[in-house]
Amino acid sequence: MRHTISILVENRFGVLSRVSGLFSGRGFNIESLSVGETQEPSISRMTIVVQGDDLIVEQIKKQLNKLIDVIKVIDLTGEEFVERELILVKVNAEPGVRAEVLRIADIFRAKVVDVTPKSYTLECTGDESKVNAFLELLKPYGIQEVARTGKVAIARGRKVGAKAEKEPMKKLTGKVVGFRE
Amino acid sequence: MRLSGAQIIVESLLREGVEVIFGFPGGVILPIYDVLYDSPLKHILVRHEQAAAHAADGYARATGKVGVCLVTSGPGATNVVTGVATAYMDSIPVVIITGQVPTPMIGNDSFQEADIVGITRPCTKHSYLVKEVKDLASTLREAFHIASTGRPGPVLVDVPKDVILSDATFHYPEKVYIRSYNPTYNGHPGQILKAARAVVKAKRPIIYVGGGVIHAGASEELLRLANLVHAPVTTTLMGLGAFPQDSPLSLGMLGMHGAWYTNTAVSSTDLILAVGARFDDRVTGKVEEFAPGASIVHIDIDPAAISKNVRVDIPVVGDAKKVLSQLIEALEALPERPNLKERRQWLKQIQEWKRMHPLTYEQSGRVIKPQFVVEEISRLTKGDAIITTEVGQSQMWTAQFYQFLRPRSFLSSGGLGTMGYGFPAAVGAQVAFPGRLVIDIAGDGSFQMNLQELATVVQYGLPVKVAILNNRYLGMIRQWQELFFGRRYSHSELVGTPDFVRLAEAYGAVGLRATTPEEVRPVLKKAFSIPKPVIIDFRVDPEECVFPMVPAGASIKDMLLGKPAKEPRRLLRSVK
Repeated sequence: MRHTISILVENRFGVLSRVSGLFSGRGFNIESLSVGETQEPSISRMTIVVQGDDLIVEQIKKQLNKLIDVIKVIDLTGEEFVERELILVKVNAEPGVRAEVLRIADIFRAKVVDVTPKSYTLECTGDESKVNAFLELLKPYGIQEVARTGKVAIARGRKVGAKAEKEPMKKLTGKVVGFRE
Repeated sequence: MRLSGAQIIVESLLREGVEVIFGFPGGVILPIYDVLYDSPLKHILVRHEQAAAHAADGYARATGKVGVCLVTSGPGATNVVTGVATAYMDSIPVVIITGQVPTPMIGNDSFQEADIVGITRPCTKHSYLVKEVKDLASTLREAFHIASTGRPGPVLVDVPKDVILSDATFHYPEKVYIRSYNPTYNGHPGQILKAARAVVKAKRPIIYVGGGVIHAGASEELLRLANLVHAPVTTTLMGLGAFPQDSPLSLGMLGMHGAWYTNTAVSSTDLILAVGARFDDRVTGKVEEFAPGASIVHIDIDPAAISKNVRVDIPVVGDAKKVLSQLIEALEALPERPNLKERRQWLKQIQEWKRMHPLTYEQSGRVIKPQFVVEEISRLTKGDAIITTEVGQSQMWTAQFYQFLRPRSFLSSGGLGTMGYGFPAAVGAQVAFPGRLVIDIAGDGSFQMNLQELATVVQYGLPVKVAILNNRYLGMIRQWQELFFGRRYSHSELVGTPDFVRLAEAYGAVGLRATTPEEVRPVLKKAFSIPKPVIIDFRVDPEECVFPMVPAGASIKDMLLGKPAKEPRRLLRSVK
């Protein structure tokens, strides 16, 4: 099963390496990874999508918590969350089909960010299924290049993030690692 | 006060209460060595950086304090990687300070440059590259804090040469607060109550103890608990010494080379109370068949160790000493008591099993049996010595035949299984306790991996004794080749081994030899009485094997008790 894990980490050099090293060192496969600063500049948020059964993901979360630079581990899977990714697609747009390509972009509310006589570069954001559908519809025209970000995700409703790191670690451990209580 | 980076390092170590460090000089750390020249901080010069790491590790295991080692950049740093990984696998608190090329030159393939932070990332608890001298003191403070708290582990601090040479105002932080690091020490009262009830209800409980009990200093609480609930205690290799082996409740070591009666008891138990142990594959054998039908209570300070290999019914996260105290309180407060009749029956059954298949070997009047040497050492020292081991048959026989009575008396590389660990670790232990008897029980293969440290023990007058169980083979390898590869001894015979007596004398140490069983005791007594480093060459039976043995991948119920060819009746002794 696919798990989307959101990790708050110290914004220090080497942290990304440690987290990805943890995954590769133990044979866990990262499907996608994205990282960026939060509203608190000393804290970054990493969003990782990983494939695995519940037992393996449980281990992953525990091992992540062990890392000194990891502040909080949130498994968004099974909770209500918003997930987005962004894609830049350079697609063939020969004269005659240019209007259709633009219409597809319009339907998906994608933006045109580059124009040449033979191609358009389109920017589209959305959840995974929307972005996949967008790509599928463009395929018949001939896709030259694709650059796709990893997923970013955030829980719905109550704000998780800036307030969280002030919570004592004990409570977080209880919530995250799922002891049978 | 403005101090140079070098002075800050030395001063910080002194503030942390460090009395001695183990190291080897090099280009980028020369300024630090200049400060050490007339500093109260003691420094032991080793002869290979790997030995510096093992010595710091041995020092930490023997004392419970944080061990410190100092090496230079490039090859100096890469030489300690084995030592760092050894400490990581066994959760030993050490701080490794490595020099690094100046910051503008990092990443340029400079002379003696190595990305040691990158190389050791998977085998350190944490690591730092100090880029500015103003961060040096607080980084060291944090490093010591991380190394010694929670589940201990090695922390590496990489210091570039320009940082070592620059000045800063020295301020050693009193408190250290890492918002993302907060180990849990006190157990959850609800879980402890559940655990207490489970322990009382159990008919055939076993307490399974690992290195965590020794790290926490919880031996007293463990003894009280075992006596309170009348439960037998088995320890892992790392837990040897946590529970006195002369107690009738002691089951000794379990697992791949554990005693038959111990593995049998573990396979028949209905409750395992695991404390500070991690259900490693050497202990569980085939995990699916480990302790069938037993409920598992697991007390550990590292939540990631719980339910990692084996499904745990009642987890308790916390420090072993604190949680065992809490557990004892909870047990004493419970109205229910364990059924003493059932407990006595269980203990009687275990006594019967001990009688049926004790740890044994074929005695001989002609040739020295390696197990006999270990037994003699145990009898002569009465559990008072600090024993270090190398890895392989010598390590397993020591674990089986030496009677350990107190914690921090057995220093052995369990997790990584590093040959060459024992001798430098003995150096660390002897430096920590100059008045105690420190003995490295080694194989001839392992000893040759770090024998250059003979110079170190002679230089500092460290009266370490090395008992080499010399069988002219890489013993454990030969055993596997004999049992599983049709006696095809592929590259396991050691030819060209030096005469250890003459080697010892060449270094200025004392060399002794024993070739018959009658010589063993007098030679040992002589060695123990000489206040100098002594190497003892015991010419032992080359074809001895460590038994019992659980073949790799097999269940711990299926133990080989002897060589199949020699004794066809005593094949796999399975538990019904």
